[in-house]
Amino acid sequence: MADAASSSARVNALHKFPPPFDTSDESFELIAQGAESLLYRTTFSTTGQPAALKVRPEKKWRHPILDKRLTRARILAEARVLVKLSGEGIAAGGSTPGKRAKVKQPKEGEKGVAGLRGFVPAVLALDWERGWMMTEWVYGRTVKQAIHDTQAGRRAVEREQRLQDLKELLRRIGEVVGKLHASGVIHGDLTTSNMMLRPYDATTPDPTSTDSLDGDVVLIDFGLSTQSVSDEDRAVDLYVLERAFGSTHPREEDLFPEVLTAYAENEGSGMNGKVGKLVLRKLEDVRMRGRKKSMVG
Amino acid sequence: METITLPHLPQFPLQVVLFSEVKNADFLRQQLLDGNTDFEYAFLDAAVILSREHVFAACFRAINDTLQSRLKSKNVHSEIVFALSPNNNISESFRRFGVSDTTKDLLAIKVASRDAVHTETHLKESVQGTVVPFTDEVLAGMTDEACLRKAYKIDVVGNEADAYVVGMIALKGS
Repeated sequence: MADAASSSARVNALHKFPPPFDTSDESFELIAQGAESLLYRTTFSTTGQPAALKVRPEKKWRHPILDKRLTRARILAEARVLVKLSGEGIAAGGSTPGKRAKVKQPKEGEKGVAGLRGFVPAVLALDWERGWMMTEWVYGRTVKQAIHDTQAGRRAVEREQRLQDLKELLRRIGEVVGKLHASGVIHGDLTTSNMMLRPYDATTPDPTSTDSLDGDVVLIDFGLSTQSVSDEDRAVDLYVLERAFGSTHPREEDLFPEVLTAYAENEGSGMNGKVGKLVLRKLEDVRMRGRKKSMVG
Repeated sequence: METITLPHLPQFPLQVVLFSEVKNADFLRQQLLDGNTDFEYAFLDAAVILSREHVFAACFRAINDTLQSRLKSKNVHSEIVFALSPNNNISESFRRFGVSDTTKDLLAIKVASRDAVHTETHLKESVQGTVVPFTDEVLAGMTDEACLRKAYKIDVVGNEADAYVVGMIALKGS
């Protein structure tokens, strides 16, 4: 199916493929389409490993100069965050290459304990002039899919087991979001479809066969991410996740506090202790008023 | 010699030879300085190469920039050396990543040669060294950790650093 879909996708013109992919003989399988970009599954390795190609096609309705600048800024913002996170625990002094604007970096003590390296896809190549970015392929299902795939069993034992597994998954989500925030990054669009559940044995390309909730929570789609260490931004990030979770998984909504507990208390979160508590307090304010801060007065 | 075709760049096959214990690095460097057109190769110091992926990332970047007419240096081969460097200083990139008088192990790359056999013979004639397999294991044995740490400003050298270094090459110049 991949071959047929790919060759037609390239002529069939949702957009023109940017070079060098317009002359590539690899296959491209359309995985997802957002408002600004298209995501393809292709390969980018001599070993045949799959990779994800994110293309931001030209927007005909925008002035060409403005379009170029916006595409460039957005693609670079996303790539910089991903590279910065992949350098956690590797980069000396925490400097990000090619960074122009001075971004406030988290204090030493606040830094993620284990870091987010391995919990975000690595950047393999990019071309900000042509509007594409190639990243590592993340195996597995989205967390959204994984939760939907678990059907509550009839027997009480099974129901209890599923509940425990779900809680455990939510705690892992809380930890990974904590790590992200501790690294000075706000995701901007935290939903269960922007999180992958990667099987611990990540080499098995067919994880759909299982309805297990085991696996690493890997964050994807940093297209709306920003770099910030403010409690306000962190709280809004959590609020977005809380609202998204509630509407995507209404039957599991009452389990959401597990995420927040793990975020502020788990050792691996990096937001445990005082900072995490402050963010949760801020979250209560955000709940009262919504995502946007009042600009009146 | 190994011929490698990078994904998406079928028209630009790479010919790669890894030499160990090279005796005439100064001669090779001089050929590049003199602009000897018989020596259109990317000569890399294997001491600052982490892995095959690392090399391929630089090659992809250099070839893509060539296709887009964005070369910062003379040709695609010098651009490979330049692409490896995390900053935009061309002479520094050659000092750190290119062949120098003290180079012991040398990675020679030729992009899209019409005559692969000639490339191989010419390289084996010109470089006084032992041809060894171009594998991650062999490369790892040639690594000079201190140089790598300094070149990329990293604390850890090893498999875990691959993704970050590849990301830096992709982001370079932004």
